[in-house]
Amino acid sequence: MDTAYETVETDVLVIGAGGAGLRGAIAAAESGCRVTVICKSLLGKAHTVMAEGGMAAALGNVAGQDSWEAHFADTMKGGKLLNNWRMAEIHAQEAPDRVLELERWGAVFDRTHSGLIHQRPFGAHTYPRLAHIGDRTGLELIRTLQDRLVHRQNVDVHMEVTVARLFASAGRIVGALAYRRADGGLLLYRARAVLLATGGAGRIYRVTSNSWECTGDGTALAYEVGAELQDCEMVQFHPTGMVWPAGVRGILVTEGVRGEGGVLRNKDGERFMERYDPERMELSSRDVVARAINSEVVAGRGTDHGGAYLDISHKSPDYIRRKLPSMYEQFLKLARVDITKGPMEVAPTIHYYMGGVRVDPETGATRVGGLFAAGEVTSGLHGANRLGGNSLTDLLVFGKRVGEAAAAHALQHGKAGAPRSPEVAEAIACLLGPLQRPEGESPYRLQAELQDLCSKYAPIIRDKPGLEEGLSRVADLAERSRTVGTGGPTGRVFNPGWHTAQDLRNMLVNAEALFRSALARKESRGAHTRSDYPNPDPSLATLNYVVSEGTEGMTVQGIGAEPIPDGLVSIINRSYEKYTPEETE
Amino acid sequence: MTVSISPLKLSVFRGEADRGEMVAYSVPVREGMVVLDAVLWAQANLAPDLAVRWNCKAAKCGSCAAEVNGFPRLLCKSPVDDYAGEISVRPMAAFPLIRDLVTDVSWNYEVNKRIPEFTPPEADQHDPEPWRMQQVDVDRVIEFRKCIECFLCQDVCHVLRNHGRTDAYFGPRFMVRMASLEMHPKDGLDRRPLLKGDAGVGFCNITKCCQEVCPEHIHITDNAIIPLKERTADAYFDPIRALTRRLGRRSAG
Repeated sequence: MDTAYETVETDVLVIGAGGAGLRGAIAAAESGCRVTVICKSLLGKAHTVMAEGGMAAALGNVAGQDSWEAHFADTMKGGKLLNNWRMAEIHAQEAPDRVLELERWGAVFDRTHSGLIHQRPFGAHTYPRLAHIGDRTGLELIRTLQDRLVHRQNVDVHMEVTVARLFASAGRIVGALAYRRADGGLLLYRARAVLLATGGAGRIYRVTSNSWECTGDGTALAYEVGAELQDCEMVQFHPTGMVWPAGVRGILVTEGVRGEGGVLRNKDGERFMERYDPERMELSSRDVVARAINSEVVAGRGTDHGGAYLDISHKSPDYIRRKLPSMYEQFLKLARVDITKGPMEVAPTIHYYMGGVRVDPETGATRVGGLFAAGEVTSGLHGANRLGGNSLTDLLVFGKRVGEAAAAHALQHGKAGAPRSPEVAEAIACLLGPLQRPEGESPYRLQAELQDLCSKYAPIIRDKPGLEEGLSRVADLAERSRTVGTGGPTGRVFNPGWHTAQDLRNMLVNAEALFRSALARKESRGAHTRSDYPNPDPSLATLNYVVSEGTEGMTVQGIGAEPIPDGLVSIINRSYEKYTPEETE
Repeated sequence: MTVSISPLKLSVFRGEADRGEMVAYSVPVREGMVVLDAVLWAQANLAPDLAVRWNCKAAKCGSCAAEVNGFPRLLCKSPVDDYAGEISVRPMAAFPLIRDLVTDVSWNYEVNKRIPEFTPPEADQHDPEPWRMQQVDVDRVIEFRKCIECFLCQDVCHVLRNHGRTDAYFGPRFMVRMASLEMHPKDGLDRRPLLKGDAGVGFCNITKCCQEVCPEHIHITDNAIIPLKERTADAYFDPIRALTRRLGRRSAG
């Protein structure tokens, strides 16, 4: 077994190349650091590319009365006040500048009549707030940042490299072990600061809108190196994923469909949101709409394939093709449905991790010195439920802040420490282990079992017996995973069996954190709904469940959050003028 | 809701650069299945080390480009029932093979570094007010910005695929990239010298193969390459301009 590795030294190591990683890398490079960016896939393919509807920022281009205060209040109310209020405040205040900056870097947005960035309405945003380009805003964001990054000095991009372990020494991060997919070669990175931007863990579920690489790598790496996780029970079901045909189940149908006027109906033709949120209807928050569709299906009013109808065909075909081009194409090609003529069939799909690494709201610092995190891998900003459009501005706002903080840390700490060699040797042995077990269980089978059990025991509506069963099954799988193989072949050149075995390790940490946290939170709040505790418990509104590694394994502890300052409380409780749209079409 | 129809005969290229063969797999068919599903089923159940790139499975990332029955396509956007009988999947032929369906596309990323980035004119750079642009002006580049970098257009371009002239031509993808910058309402750079020189826009002889395979339906040749050729010709090959340039040089000399 070849255990040789190349060593790469850098100032700031950025793990992940979605929106947060790229924005963080640009910030760190512009702060004067040498930056190495690790992409699990090819550059520009990260999950951010799939974001569709837009990025939320109170620019006030469509509704002049919009303000950061209104955006902050919407974010906090949408998150059922579980949010880290300081992150929500920073986000609402800085998002407009980050969007305008992106435009100055070449991003193209749809325009208003007066030539400003157009903003579309979205669920639970009081005003039209989402800067967008058609329904492929994430692609625009990632391509703009990608191009900006590769033209900066002192930046190296390592594509198709996966990090297997982080190393700390004396409470400070010192480096990472990784492998290259193309040839299976090992890399030891030595860095003065590490920025984690690895996204969520949606792939622990069977039906998900998430891409291949969303296996919760960053949360698992951070946990194993001593950082804390938080709010891991908060997993967002996006109300509208494709349901049929079976092969495409879970693929996202943008909230932009509802933003542009799409309506939801059950099989009897009833516009059922009237019963769940008569005020906001289809543009209620995602947790409410997802539960509403689920309830309709459970009550026997679902479509043939177990979903609801989403219809935009009352708008003109030209308008639909211009505003929702990729939805039009996606349904025509994959479901053979022309959405300009008839309804789509939709059902909830796993979409986003509100929980993740617990960080300092200003800098994204974890409790491990030199380890920072930004984007979906973190927790706090979105509380118990994320509003659509807040993710892309999260990436920009905190990507920049955290990139700068990581750079400042690197510049203050002159020399990168060195990982201890026994630790490196142990990590390499663990990483290469599956390659030495051709007879070991198939990682694909274990992964499929994990996805099935998360879907079954941590669904949209949860209860204690189910969660306990799920946790015990995760423990069994974790035990079996110790001797997982690659499925047979043991070559190191682009061997996805080996890669899957490595991903499985991270997915199991995420699944355990999910079940333990979901058991701990004995109430229903936002995305976390318990049939045995159907109501919110006001005493838990300011309590975060924090996961960390103890001597006996994973522990969960309720930690009180800092109270919301009075000034911000009054901003949340303020009554905001209702927006009445002018007819634009 | 799994509906069982007769199994699909899927053959996939397996191997590395200098050796490889088509291997057949029998794959159960599900309703709405795309070729990528079939390949991933084979991977999970029959061939655990079958190398294939994929990310989103929703035609948004452009990772799973390959050749299906000889035609360059995204595997995730190729419904199995578009094909009668056997489906054969091979890697893109224009790029060096790593293994199975995975090719080394790194050359494309090197090319992008050679294209000067978006650069607004000084006045716009320092404009304290938010920029204003009209939708009609933005619409011109929106098409180009839909590109998901699957590199299928590069795969099918005969300059790159048949003649291997990666030294002479950046390829359709990067003509689209340059069009998106050149026609951006706020870009102030002139990339025509690059287009005529290293980028090699003159190497395209408008066979439109790239346009035909683009999964985003970008009119690569019609809307990007031809206008770029015209701009370049206008600057360098306009006979009257050439004459005035020569006269200008003579009188200056």
